[in-house]
Amino acid sequence: MQDTSYVPFTEEMKKDYTILVPNMLPTHFKLMINIFKTHGYNMKLLETTGPHIAETGLKYVHNDTCYPAIVVVGQFMDALFSGKYDTDKTALIMFQTGGGCRASNYISIIRKALKKANLEHIPVISINFSGLEKHSGFQLNASMIHSLMYAVFYADLIMSLVNQVSPYEIERGAANKLAEKWTDILGKELGKSQRVKYRQVKKNYKKIIDDFSAIPITNDKKIKVGVVGEIFVKYSPLANNQLEEFLVNEGAEVIMPGLIDFCLYVTYNSIIDYKLYGKNKLSSFIWYVAYRFLCKKKNYIIKLLQESNRFEPWTPFEKITTISKDIISVAVKMGEGWLLTAEMMELAENGCSNIVCTQPFGCLPNHICGKGMMKSIKELKPDINIVAIDYDAGASRVNQENRLKLMLANAKKNNK
Amino acid sequence: MAILGIDIGSTTTKLVLIENDKVVYRKYQRHLSQVRQTTLDMILEMQKSVDVDKIQVTISGSAGMGVAQSANISFIQEVYATGEVVSTLAPDTSVVIELGGEDAKVIFFDGGIDERMNGTCAGGTGAFIDQMAVLLDMTVDEMDTASLEAEKIYPIASRCGVFAKTDIQPLLNQGAKKSDIAASIFQAVVNQTITGLIQGRKISGKVMFLGGPLFYCKGLRKQFYQTLNLTEETAVFPEYALYSVAMGAAMYAKNTDELSLSQLIDILKNTVSEKSITANRLQPLFKDDSEYKSFCQRHALATVETKDINTYIGNAWLGIDCGSTTTKVVLIGEDKSILYTYYNSNKGNPVTIIKEQLEIIYNLCKDKIKICGSAVTGYGEELIKHAFHIDRGIVETIAHYTAAKYFQPDVDFILDIGGQDIKCFHIKNGAIDSIMLNEACSSGCGSFIETFAKAMGYTVSDFANYGLKATAPVNLGSRCTVFMNSSVKQSQKDGASVEDISAGLSISVVKNAIYKVIRATSPDELGKKIVVQGGTFYNDAVLRAFEKEIGSNVIRPSIAGLMGAYGAALHIMDCKESSIISANDLKTFSHQSKSTICKGCTNHCSLTINTFSDGEKFISGNQCEKGLGIKNSTFLPNLYQWKRDYISSLSAIKGKRGKIGLPLALSNYEFAPLWYSLFTTLGFEVHFTKLSNRATYEKGQFTIPSDTACYPAKIMHGHILELIDNEIENIFYPGLTYNIDEHVGDNHYNCPVVAYYSELLKGNIEQLKNVNFMYPYLCIDNEKSLAKTLYPSLHKLDKSISRFELNKAVKKAWKTYDEYKQAVRDEGEKAVEFARQNGHRIMILAGRPYHIDPEISHGIDKLATSLGFVVISEDSICHKAPVQYVHVLDQWTFHSRLYRSAKYAVEHNDTELVQLVSFGCGVDAITTDEVRSILEENNKYYTQIKIDEITNLGAVKIRLRSLIGALDERK
Repeated sequence: MQDTSYVPFTEEMKKDYTILVPNMLPTHFKLMINIFKTHGYNMKLLETTGPHIAETGLKYVHNDTCYPAIVVVGQFMDALFSGKYDTDKTALIMFQTGGGCRASNYISIIRKALKKANLEHIPVISINFSGLEKHSGFQLNASMIHSLMYAVFYADLIMSLVNQVSPYEIERGAANKLAEKWTDILGKELGKSQRVKYRQVKKNYKKIIDDFSAIPITNDKKIKVGVVGEIFVKYSPLANNQLEEFLVNEGAEVIMPGLIDFCLYVTYNSIIDYKLYGKNKLSSFIWYVAYRFLCKKKNYIIKLLQESNRFEPWTPFEKITTISKDIISVAVKMGEGWLLTAEMMELAENGCSNIVCTQPFGCLPNHICGKGMMKSIKELKPDINIVAIDYDAGASRVNQENRLKLMLANAKKNNK
Repeated sequence: MAILGIDIGSTTTKLVLIENDKVVYRKYQRHLSQVRQTTLDMILEMQKSVDVDKIQVTISGSAGMGVAQSANISFIQEVYATGEVVSTLAPDTSVVIELGGEDAKVIFFDGGIDERMNGTCAGGTGAFIDQMAVLLDMTVDEMDTASLEAEKIYPIASRCGVFAKTDIQPLLNQGAKKSDIAASIFQAVVNQTITGLIQGRKISGKVMFLGGPLFYCKGLRKQFYQTLNLTEETAVFPEYALYSVAMGAAMYAKNTDELSLSQLIDILKNTVSEKSITANRLQPLFKDDSEYKSFCQRHALATVETKDINTYIGNAWLGIDCGSTTTKVVLIGEDKSILYTYYNSNKGNPVTIIKEQLEIIYNLCKDKIKICGSAVTGYGEELIKHAFHIDRGIVETIAHYTAAKYFQPDVDFILDIGGQDIKCFHIKNGAIDSIMLNEACSSGCGSFIETFAKAMGYTVSDFANYGLKATAPVNLGSRCTVFMNSSVKQSQKDGASVEDISAGLSISVVKNAIYKVIRATSPDELGKKIVVQGGTFYNDAVLRAFEKEIGSNVIRPSIAGLMGAYGAALHIMDCKESSIISANDLKTFSHQSKSTICKGCTNHCSLTINTFSDGEKFISGNQCEKGLGIKNSTFLPNLYQWKRDYISSLSAIKGKRGKIGLPLALSNYEFAPLWYSLFTTLGFEVHFTKLSNRATYEKGQFTIPSDTACYPAKIMHGHILELIDNEIENIFYPGLTYNIDEHVGDNHYNCPVVAYYSELLKGNIEQLKNVNFMYPYLCIDNEKSLAKTLYPSLHKLDKSISRFELNKAVKKAWKTYDEYKQAVRDEGEKAVEFARQNGHRIMILAGRPYHIDPEISHGIDKLATSLGFVVISEDSICHKAPVQYVHVLDQWTFHSRLYRSAKYAVEHNDTELVQLVSFGCGVDAITTDEVRSILEENNKYYTQIKIDEITNLGAVKIRLRSLIGALDERK
């Protein structure tokens, strides 16, 4: 059993503590932080980069632990040592899924690192929906969850549009500038009211799509490269050596599946647990309602994208759940699980046969759902061009880039 | 118009100039890390011998990316370049295998081009072969020639260079033939290529071999021939094997803008003079000269008195340290002063070296010095002890501590970085406490610097001296050598100097030791009186890097490299009469070694039998006592053996419903009794595969998609193929997200690999498509849920199976499984009782159920019993300790047992826990820290043994003996 004598984040602390947030998904997290601010939390997104972060992490985490843990701890420790934050008035926050992958232990790993640094009085808040931990000063109410959901949808949409526009924009940086503008607007909006109105959200979606369509673009033909993989290294530029930027500079259009799919995946798995094993009947029903709800919200955006006649619509999640059924069971639910295989299949079906599959070195679920599935995917989609890239504190960038270049060279050839 | 291709690899640069479709000039040269200068020089040389003006040029190669970038010349990825050349020049090729300095690549042409490169963790390349040659004290050519005369192949871990080295070193020390080792090294390269790159694809048609190592090494080709079943017709070695990438680059250059040769030279000159990038650099080792001087003066103080052996009269004691790469000899006099020392590479043949040394010493001693005692320590301890009748064999840790005490009586921390391993230990109350040895995966220590220096064309001492002068050492990180290789490559790309690379390597080795092995966060954790030793600390750059990293001064004895031998000599000073070989016998001493296979059991260990002229024999390579011809030695209780015997006894009973096969691997080890009973009751003939051996692994290695998965998973492939070979139509390995719920943890998961390996097997083993592979997702929380979740797949298999029948069978099976678990506990109890009655120590060999597989744990259980431990398993004892409250989520059933076992060890003085950890087990990165803290908080030793393909038990033995030594001293 886990020792539950951790330092809780109390209501008292809520008043004047700064909560540090690791940088996984810049756009998403910026929006979310605004929501938390409205609800009285003083959050700070850490935007530090550089090799010293992983190095600091290595000092405080068992070196065989997966890379995301090393980076997250490194970034936290680096911030705590920087002198910028009063360590008696600072808390840390991290997601916790409670799945069978070791990622569920990031919270414990962070606490151990704090202990090692004699900072064990610092509370670490676990954001989870499975009741793993409770912090009296940090409780998600329905209205917050509601807002957070929209933050994810907004950010997914912005991310997707930036990816589709920026490789072609005539004025360099235009898409990113627009994204920043919208992040600002939405952040303020989400932060203003306690309750988000769906009518307003729908309007915003439309406006965002219109604004991005208005950016002047060239007629260049670029190769499309999908990025899938372990959730942290896939998204975090700090962990993946600015993968997205590298690919764009090499003349590619990057396609990155959104965070909402991962949320849907987690939701869906709870339904499957009941279907397969008969576990947790009641909660699985609640999850089912949530699942339907989220699917509907996602499908609305898909409709708007379709109507735009300009942008690639996303794939409905209902379809994603079946797309890889011939090669992997939806019972595989640790880490990114079956979703990873499904995302590769989805990309291939949508005409994007060039894929970067990212994972921390030695990632356990990815042995199965990533590398383990490549042969099967290739049999179904013979022209697929996948490169698996491992990320690690010791892996050198030149090696990674060399492999990416090979994938790109083949992509360009196939594109001819 | 001429086209020029430049291929700058990790170790060599290649140029090819083509005019009118003819190669008019080509050149192949090592660049010794001077990437830009060498490229420029080669072009200048080319300019002298060809007459071209306008050219089109493209660069390729892993070290070429940086040059191309700063020179603004077009770049093409090297594998892609090769693909282009081969499809143009030899379109009938099916597969290309190209081995480079540090890369391995495979290209499949059939059915759409599929190009693959080795991942980040992969040895088995040119640099690896170079390293191994150094280890054998041969040139690559000599090694190649020798390999052709090989008679047998030893299993050598092929995952990465460090692993392989761990296997090779003991073979050398045990006297295995160099020719056999050479061929085995090449075979390891072949295996690496297969598991790392071919990954389940069939090799057929013409196979083309490219790249330096395959061009130069006939022995390597031979192994590829044999392994891939190639003939003269199907194996192609083109004359352009070395230049394929450069040629591909040249062909690609046709699409680029032309420029004049002199323009190109100017551009390259500019890149050479470009200031090297300062990003990711570290502080220099010394601020200035005076800091260096005081450093030298300080360390000059830690010395031992030496006496002239020619004038010394009296008693003397001899200490020998037969290490992994070097042999050390020390002779001391009555006042502990040193009379004679020897330190040198053991050149792969320690017996010959010790013989020579003894001759020299005997000559010097004449009749005036009497050798009263002799002791030997190190990897070659037993071999040397038997060969020369040395009085005492000592564990290395004890030898080192004995020596360190001489320099610093109240030493509290000793760090020894040797050629191949890092050892360190704390001293508490005069006894050795918490010994830490590096894991096989990070043992890139002294010999790494040595091989690197040599590969770059420098001697070790020159290389070290360069490091002292570094102004901005490169930051190479602190992980295993394969990673360091690519980090060095990166810094070469950035134009780092030799000085900065040398210092960077030293800092890396030190960081590796501190953060990876010792796992310290601050110098206070190490201790106050630190003694550093081992040959690697002769390198002042390493010493300085260490002091800087921990922020305080340490003692490095002047005999840093001789400490093991000196300690051995000090240790034996209580001996008055030595049994060491006499001068006369030494004259006629000879030594022969022969390799053979032990037939004692199904494990078939590779034995090396050393025979000495006096008839003395020394056998090594054995995993148990049987190979030594000891027949009736008393076998101590061993739960691992008991469980193996139990599961092996589950033999097939003919039934009405046909055969069903279960691979004996991963979770099936735990649930064998359950499935056996269930399917037998239903009337199936249940076939388990046999316990694994090396051949099991090799059988399946062609189908492994992820070479960094754990060995217990990888070995599964062989088991599946065994079932298919035996024509078993139904194969069963269930999907188990959730394990059995023992109600002691936060959850009861399996790890992702155990839970879902069936998915991977199905996708990667072609033959599974032709059989009925059943992997239903089951819930084994209780009988009911098991029956319910199992029913659909069984009903599909045989419509006559009713729910009622299944329920009954499940009920019975559940009972059998419970009885089995009880039997394991009872047996554990009996073993513990036996140990207590007979005064034996108890070892909880804690791992997972599948660790009892003899090929996975490599006979560590038997080794432990041979050292006097009664061995029990984690599942036989954990019920005796209460639920543990740990700092992490306790959510895996198998792992949860570890915590309670540790608690049991804490509660019992006569019980020690040794944890087995499979390399690549991500979950154990979490559990090991917890197990360690449960033990250490209660003043118990924590011993962790990392296991992988490695078959040699040398390091494990040192570890267990050190544990025994430490326990003895504590008494």
